[in-house]
Amino acid sequence: MTAPGPSGAPVAPLPLRRTALSRLVGGLAGVDRLALAGAVLLGLIVLAALLAPWIAPYPDDGGSATHPLEALLPPSGAHWFGTDQVGRDVLSRVLYGARTSLVIAVAVLALSGIVGVVLGVVAGYAGGWERDVIMRVTDVFLAFPALLLSLALAVVLQPSVTTVIVAIAVTWWPWYARLTASVAASVSTRGFVDSACCLGVPAPLIVFRHVLPNSLTPVLVQLSLDGGGVILTAAALSYLGLGAHEPTAEWGLMVQQGQSLFTTDWWVVTFPGLAILVTAFAFNVLGEGLRARLAR
Amino acid sequence: MSRYLIRRLGQALLVVAGVVTLTFVIMRLVPGDPAVAYAGPRASPAELAAARRQFGLDDPVPVQLWNYVRDLLGGDWGVSLHTRRPVKDDLFQAFPASLELVGAALVIAVVAGIPLGVAAARYKGKFPDLSIRLSSMLAVSVPVFWLALALQTIFASALGWFPVAGEYDTGLDRTSPLHVYTNITAVDALFTGNWPILGSTLSHLVLPALVIAAYPAGVVAQMTRAALIEESARDHARLERALGFGETAVLTRFALRPALNPVLSLIALVFAYSIVNGFLVEAVFNWPGLGRYAADSIRSLDTPAIAGVTLLVAVLYVLANLAVDLLQGVIDPRVRTR
Repeated sequence: MTAPGPSGAPVAPLPLRRTALSRLVGGLAGVDRLALAGAVLLGLIVLAALLAPWIAPYPDDGGSATHPLEALLPPSGAHWFGTDQVGRDVLSRVLYGARTSLVIAVAVLALSGIVGVVLGVVAGYAGGWERDVIMRVTDVFLAFPALLLSLALAVVLQPSVTTVIVAIAVTWWPWYARLTASVAASVSTRGFVDSACCLGVPAPLIVFRHVLPNSLTPVLVQLSLDGGGVILTAAALSYLGLGAHEPTAEWGLMVQQGQSLFTTDWWVVTFPGLAILVTAFAFNVLGEGLRARLAR
Repeated sequence: MSRYLIRRLGQALLVVAGVVTLTFVIMRLVPGDPAVAYAGPRASPAELAAARRQFGLDDPVPVQLWNYVRDLLGGDWGVSLHTRRPVKDDLFQAFPASLELVGAALVIAVVAGIPLGVAAARYKGKFPDLSIRLSSMLAVSVPVFWLALALQTIFASALGWFPVAGEYDTGLDRTSPLHVYTNITAVDALFTGNWPILGSTLSHLVLPALVIAAYPAGVVAQMTRAALIEESARDHARLERALGFGETAVLTRFALRPALNPVLSLIALVFAYSIVNGFLVEAVFNWPGLGRYAADSIRSLDTPAIAGVTLLVAVLYVLANLAVDLLQGVIDPRVRTR
């Protein structure tokens, strides 16, 4: 990143000596430091989720195990994050909870990303009434704050992780449809699309082979920026009892189950909440960094 | 301007029609037969048929939708299953309390967010900028229900600095009864000179308003910073620097005003978001607003009440967007042709 000089004009950074180390750092410096920090943090969380059965000190506690004699023990060497109401190790449950949250985030982003990109690229390429219809439909969905619409949906469906995924994905896709439509519309005016058209390439092939790949970058950045929002919304739904239920380890649910114990047994609520915070933060830092890099 | 006004109003009406339809569709998804739920499991086939007729469930779906719209327009928003009162009355009572809370939160967000954004832009790339950016990202990443629980436990239960829950000390109703005009307690108390209740309301407001303010404050700080940096790279800023104005003066005296335009429209957009975020906070602090009403409705699977809350907030959101667009059309005529 070039720092502004005293006059506010950018000043070129001093040339570095090219050692192996500086070349590595130089390669990384092209990537925003913020994005890098977010990626590393997120990578650690993904790793923790993948390895949960092996690194969790009490793997059985991720599920329905109960140890009534060890209920509500404060943090100690044996239980770093203490134990919950039925004696399960909170650290193990937080690690398993990372699996639930990341599965929800990936599923929501994949579902809404695919639906949004396909509709958006069609709208952007076709223009005309197809674009108008798709955009008016997205207008309606965007008139609901995301948590509100997923809340209404989750209430009428049965509470489960799948419900959370569906409910959030339904509220999330219009953002990607709009974003893709605007990018695809400008890509569609480029020369190579005209050439493909003149060569007699059928419209579906033009849309999906030529327009789509060239419209993806902003959507991908937006997807990484939105991971935090999905995690927070999913946790809120579970906190309201509309998502995962016992014995699934889910952070929002853990906060809900422990909230009446906050004054006496703070660890039951504090650590799952921190886990939500850190994960959403990692997504946001990564997305911010990527966006800053793209804007340059 | 009048053509822009008509086009924009038409679009808003279309969206509201879509919002009503979507709400109707979602409420139709309810598993189980509402007639069975109403008539009870041991109802005879004749009673069931009567219930179906009463709810209009035998009509074709478009007719049902039409009846739903007619009822909404006629002011019949259904009857809540858990309060046994008309949903519309419940909403009228709960909404002002939410408005009070979210209004206070947005004031905090603006008062904190804009100066932080200015400071970050002034020291771009240096330590203050980095710490403000990181804390604003933390603010938008924090789960509100958890922050609400944490602040309540620390500052109300443990330290006793603030009241734990509620909108004001209801014991004051006896010593200094409140005349209700707007249902916004702080406003009513202020205009009737009811200082004990005003003081009590303000101290009850602090914690929940701070929690709700976290997200908008973070977004406002980020937006102010970005808009200021963009604005201070324009030609007018160069001229001001050439005239000898310091960097702080360039930012606060010249760049801030044009930069605030996107920030203000952003605030209108986070308004509806904050109301919904407030749902979770109201439930924790037992604030008698829409959120607590929604949380209670969720617990009792009260679909008419949830449909009412959903519709109200969505329509508010559309209106907020409309207001912002019209305002920008007045301020910046180029917007009208878009």
